[in-house]
Amino acid sequence: MADIVKPMKRRKIRGEGAWGYAFIAVALVVFAMFTAYPVVSAFLISLQDYKPLGSTYIGFDNYVNTFKDALFWKALRNTVVYTILTVPVNLILSMIIAILILPLRKKTQSFFKGIYYLPVVASGVALSVVWLWIFDPMEGGILNQLINLLGIENQNWLGSGKTAMFSLVLMSWLSSHGTSIIIYLAGLLGIDETFYEAADLDGANFFHKLWHIVVPSLKPATLFLLVTGVIGSFQVFQNAYLMTGGGPDNATTMVGLLIFNNAFTYFDFGKAAAQSLILAVIIAVISVVQFKYAGKDVEY
Amino acid sequence: MALYSNHDGRPRVKTTRNAIIFIALLLFALATIFPIYFMVISSFGDPVEAGAVSYSIFPSKISFASYKYFFDFSEYSYRWILNSLIVATAVMVSNVIFASMAGYAFSKLTFKGRGVLFAVLLVSMMIPYQVTQVPLYVLIVNVFSLQDTYTALIAPSLVTVYNIFLAKQFMSSIPNEVLESAKIEGANQFQIYWRVILPLSKTVLAVMAILTFMDSWNTFFWPLLVTNSTEMQTIQVGLKNFRFANTTYIAPMMAGATISALPMFILFFSLQRYFLEGVTVGAVKG
Repeated sequence: MADIVKPMKRRKIRGEGAWGYAFIAVALVVFAMFTAYPVVSAFLISLQDYKPLGSTYIGFDNYVNTFKDALFWKALRNTVVYTILTVPVNLILSMIIAILILPLRKKTQSFFKGIYYLPVVASGVALSVVWLWIFDPMEGGILNQLINLLGIENQNWLGSGKTAMFSLVLMSWLSSHGTSIIIYLAGLLGIDETFYEAADLDGANFFHKLWHIVVPSLKPATLFLLVTGVIGSFQVFQNAYLMTGGGPDNATTMVGLLIFNNAFTYFDFGKAAAQSLILAVIIAVISVVQFKYAGKDVEY
Repeated sequence: MALYSNHDGRPRVKTTRNAIIFIALLLFALATIFPIYFMVISSFGDPVEAGAVSYSIFPSKISFASYKYFFDFSEYSYRWILNSLIVATAVMVSNVIFASMAGYAFSKLTFKGRGVLFAVLLVSMMIPYQVTQVPLYVLIVNVFSLQDTYTALIAPSLVTVYNIFLAKQFMSSIPNEVLESAKIEGANQFQIYWRVILPLSKTVLAVMAILTFMDSWNTFFWPLLVTNSTEMQTIQVGLKNFRFANTTYIAPMMAGATISALPMFILFFSLQRYFLEGVTVGAVKG
């Protein structure tokens, strides 16, 4: 293959290199200033007891202290629990919905895609305001009214350590499927019809086809959504910050919020930077593991 | 035949099946849009404390008093919307220009270090934003003293790696022959970019523009960090402050939330195709 491609390679015209640099110049400066430099700087800050006037280098103390910090482990555990409860459910629900949408007419498909995508468009702050009232602990609270109908007594949704995490999870279950449904639907439409025809000849029923054709064919989409979902979930900050502030008793403090608090509530920049880099390493390791095990037989 | 049986000769079976599916999807759809419905409906209530009303999911009356209450909360409430509009527009325009330029260079021009640079950009997408947040804050607020300026709100998002990636992916699919013929006619690289590449990339640029505008409009974290004065806050930060200051006023809070979300809803319903296309453009071959 490489041999065929080579002779076809375009002749390099004069000055193309200079044009190339000119075209990427602005992007490169922005990247260097606002991404590359901050990453290096984050590492340097993480080695310091950071103070606006006169920081001192303290080696890896911030890292050591973080690993000794019970709150960090609690936040990490909360993050893992939140991720396990939200990401797989999101994948399964989205796949089921995409499969159900498939036989409907094009217009009906667009209608449902539009509705499911709508919460993605609304700002997180706006949604948090609404959910705050849905979770109103009073008798008149929407969710309490609903569970009263089922014979369950009122819950102090966001205010109790028992239900606070579940409340955030429930919010995610009902508001974040738009993207994955559309990606799955695109994957479903891309499956070659001849697979189904062959299966029909073999006398396969609907569920056989689902299990042996659809699920394997959607594996690349699943892997993409799994990796991006886990990365996103590990950085979760906004909902915890706006809905519970991490409470009660840190039951919903996740790593993202912990870092924010250390940085911008206690202004301990060194500690926050160290924890953010630990988070980056955790995310990188998880992503690599996912690609290695889940992505073994996925072709790109 | 496809995944679903056509039930040939038994049209009623097929109709029944599709009706059941439709109802199931509708139920989930109702649960999904309920918060948004609730937000809009409740915003038409009177601006009184929640204890005084037992709120319901059906509108009892339609009043705009709560919208007025929200706007009266701060003398800068209209300014918040204007700020969001200015920031989102600037970020959108600069991303379309600079990401498309970089995307063209990375997909069609050969220069030293191209592969390495692009790989570095891709890897950087994996870095959680918490890592860059503290140094970025120090840089913008302490070093450059840019707190409460549009520059602080806009500069870090002038061009995002994701958009460069999006542009590069799309432009790679433009056949080289098209560029060759332009070259033979004596066009220089900028003319090729401007007259050939940009017109061919209209769809992906529209998708990029819309999604970038939406992200910028909805972003909360960065504006929260770099705005101290009420005057320079964006609508999202303003809404958050309003919420914390009026914890018991449900209707005005919902009015504020509706105001912050409405522009995106309008954009979404008028340009739905581009929104939904954007999801798959970025994901396929990701």
